[in-house]
Amino acid sequence: MKSAIILFPGTNRERDMAAALKRASGNDPLIVWHGETSLPDVDLIVLPGGFSYGDYLRCGAIAANSPVMPEVIRRAKAGTFVLGVCNGFQMLTETGLLPGALMRNASLSFVCRDVHLKVENTQTPFTSAYSAGQVIRVPVAHGDGNYFADAETLDRLEGEGRVVVRYCDDKGAVTEAANPNGSQRGIAGILNEAGNVLGMMPHPEDMTDIRQGGLDGLPLFTSIASAA
Amino acid sequence: MTIPNATPITAELVAEHGIKPDEYQRILDLIGREPTVTELGIFSAMWNEHCSYKSSKIWLKTLPTKGPQVVCGPGENAGIVDIGDGQVCVFKMESHNHPSFIEPYQGAATGVGGILRDVFTMGARPIAAMNALRFGDPAHPKTRHLVRGVVSGVGGYGNSFGVPTVGGEVEFHPSYNGNNLVNAFAAGIADKDAIFYAKATGVGKPIVYLGSKTGRDGIHGATMASAEFGEDAEEKRPTVQVGDPFSEKLLLEACLELMASDSVIAIQDMGAAGLTCSAVEMGAKGNLGVTLDLENVPCREEGMSAYEMMLSESQERMLMVLKPEKEATARAIFEKWGLDFAVVGKTTDTRRFHIRHHGDVMADLPIKELGDEAPEYDRPFLRTEAPKPLPASKVAAPKDYAEALLTIIGGPNNCSRRWVWEQYDHLVLGNTMQRPGGDAAVVRVDNESAKGLAFSVDVSPRYCFAHPYEGGKQAVAEAWRNLTAVGAQPLAITDNLNFGNPERPEIMGQFVGCIEGIGEACRALDFPVVSGNVSLYNETNGVGILPTPAIGGVGLLPNVDAMATIAFKSEGEAVVLVGGHGTHLGCSTYLRDVLGREDGPPPPVDLAAERRNGDLVRSAIRHGRVSASHDISHGGLIVALAEMAMAGNIGAVIDLPLSPDLHAKLFGEDQARYVLAVPQAHVQRLLDDAAANDVPAEVIGTSGGPALRIGTALSVSVETLHHAHEAWLPAYMSEEL
Repeated sequence: MKSAIILFPGTNRERDMAAALKRASGNDPLIVWHGETSLPDVDLIVLPGGFSYGDYLRCGAIAANSPVMPEVIRRAKAGTFVLGVCNGFQMLTETGLLPGALMRNASLSFVCRDVHLKVENTQTPFTSAYSAGQVIRVPVAHGDGNYFADAETLDRLEGEGRVVVRYCDDKGAVTEAANPNGSQRGIAGILNEAGNVLGMMPHPEDMTDIRQGGLDGLPLFTSIASAA
Repeated sequence: MTIPNATPITAELVAEHGIKPDEYQRILDLIGREPTVTELGIFSAMWNEHCSYKSSKIWLKTLPTKGPQVVCGPGENAGIVDIGDGQVCVFKMESHNHPSFIEPYQGAATGVGGILRDVFTMGARPIAAMNALRFGDPAHPKTRHLVRGVVSGVGGYGNSFGVPTVGGEVEFHPSYNGNNLVNAFAAGIADKDAIFYAKATGVGKPIVYLGSKTGRDGIHGATMASAEFGEDAEEKRPTVQVGDPFSEKLLLEACLELMASDSVIAIQDMGAAGLTCSAVEMGAKGNLGVTLDLENVPCREEGMSAYEMMLSESQERMLMVLKPEKEATARAIFEKWGLDFAVVGKTTDTRRFHIRHHGDVMADLPIKELGDEAPEYDRPFLRTEAPKPLPASKVAAPKDYAEALLTIIGGPNNCSRRWVWEQYDHLVLGNTMQRPGGDAAVVRVDNESAKGLAFSVDVSPRYCFAHPYEGGKQAVAEAWRNLTAVGAQPLAITDNLNFGNPERPEIMGQFVGCIEGIGEACRALDFPVVSGNVSLYNETNGVGILPTPAIGGVGLLPNVDAMATIAFKSEGEAVVLVGGHGTHLGCSTYLRDVLGREDGPPPPVDLAAERRNGDLVRSAIRHGRVSASHDISHGGLIVALAEMAMAGNIGAVIDLPLSPDLHAKLFGEDQARYVLAVPQAHVQRLLDDAAANDVPAEVIGTSGGPALRIGTALSVSVETLHHAHEAWLPAYMSEEL
């Protein structure tokens, strides 16, 4: 698998992501500066976590207008896999590649801790290595992960199997207590209509090495590697 | 030579700059004329307590700073230790107490920013941050506001910058009502052959200003931090700087890229006293002069005067001496990252600090003397009287052991700090091997390596208050013990010495006692001081804080797979007490939280026993004979056991019968002790090794079951422990208490 991580000023989880991609595919990803206007030929484009442009306007809003973004959007529409994690998910909603928005956490505080996720759809290039309904444990680390969309959009996402991961407790029950940020319907990650763009708030890349405390994030990357 | 002076230098103006009459006379003698107002500002910046260490220097010199592992001791931006494989760890801790009380969010945020800059100025990429926070009485009307602001400031800066905040301390005590403490620690990794220092070399080399623009924020910040507070503390808000972690992240990446391009002769961050301190330091260390042309300084606001530019503490700025032939390369790097790059001066052979603004001379001072000739005081001190002995037989046992335990682990000072550290990104970079909540945090050096570094920050201010010498020893010993408890070899410390007004002999006595204790423990444990910071005048209206010499320790774990954590791992393992039974209740948590007393002497530290016991525990961990390890500190054996049970969700049955001294055994805070969980197959070997090394070790029970049971004294379910431990801080912060 050939992959590229887009580096924005203020991105800070590109190293975690690069290590995870290497663990899953054996290859180092390319690192592409946000100021580029073209992209190398890759199977996967990653928009990583961090605080692009300090998140000073709205999280991901300035990055969504970076010089590299028109090409990312063009590739996404042409079917290249795109993964946006945390700040990357926020960029994907800001570009309109994914519906909805990510608001301030309901607690109004930044939250960093392990959460449980229920893998709701394993028929995607990002989740095929998980078993249906599997409960996984990965960390979140964000201040603005509260997913919001109108009811019609949410119904449509659910109906089309595009809610890929949902916050749950360790038994798989979707509860308010298990939801770290107030996201509607416990939504942690969603797909675009074509199924090649995934945005999610949790950090699977930080749970891909047994020394990090678990391997539950790794199948996400091996799924992409086998689909590519 | 005279420089025309538009502003008359009156006695009031001198006093407003925090310069005493005899210090002003020293300035007159040194330069042979009346200083300009800009020069007066420069002296006030260089000669204040914060920058000159004038009250503490004489004592700091007594601390041990050398060892085979030490690459760079105190005096640079941060200390450096060798961690093998051609790598070094660069680390330091620094206070931001005064600004964090005036403006908690920005004060704490810029404290984090400042310490990160100290680390990457030396060429190291930061890999971990910690902090030691102390607040007033929870019932004090300002405390909640300060906790909220400081915690979100620490998180707001570190999270955005992208360094994991992996550990620290939070403590409450009424002595901090008017002066909270914010001590920020950072550590980074560099290659041993690519360390950068502040010493300028070469005449006529360009001096380059890097980073963010200069504004009017933080003027006189260091001077403010060198005086006690009165009723007007709130009015000092304009002296607090404003942080921009985004710019700092860009500055980090640009600086590391620049350092890799072989362009840098010397580099120094602009921290306290900004442009003044950084330029003087680079010149003085290199035995050179510095000329600055201030019209080239990138400014955020129009019409800034020389005085303002020289004293601004605007954040995210660096000063560098550049190899002249590399100017284009260096400029391109900074332009790529969207940061300012401006040649503002040059090095000279005059040893003068020469400041011009649009061609007019604003200051012309001897550069070495600005630093070296700062006043140095041997302040009178009065030693703290040793407290009367307090034998355990004179301390009442609790009526109900379970209730006493729940009171301690559910109280402000020993409850879970989860509410705090969940607001810190403690996982970014993907290398956090041991998260907050254990004895020490462990971070591996990179994504592939099994080599890790352990970090802990410790001090028991109530011990230091009762007996400064023993308290100083204990702070070092506890940092050493916490690193040992995870299996690390302790390497060196950074000290952050927070005290009241040194002009009061009893405060100076606390300082001297603590320093002597710290020095003694460092020597005995081969644990030298490589960096540090002194924060004095932590007083409001004449009331000082408890003496708080926070110790940040760094240890090396060659293999993180052999590290220990505090959690019980499985049922049926032997619970082993190393270091003997508790006997000492003076200054204990039990005394304070259960009986409402703060008297007696602190537990004495036997440094030879500390070393023997610790070496045994570390060796057992590295040989894989230990499944869980925890040092015994605040609250004694019983709290250590409760924490191991909570972390593993596994109880234990401890065979200690009821006896007149059971409360001392359970709550005693005797030093040099650990609790280990040991698989049955390894128990005999561990006990044999202990006996052979003259280390007391004894099986006191077995892990397992849903509750912590101690003889007939108590039985509390792990769930009840959790509930008590987790409740207080979130409830307090949501104003339910």
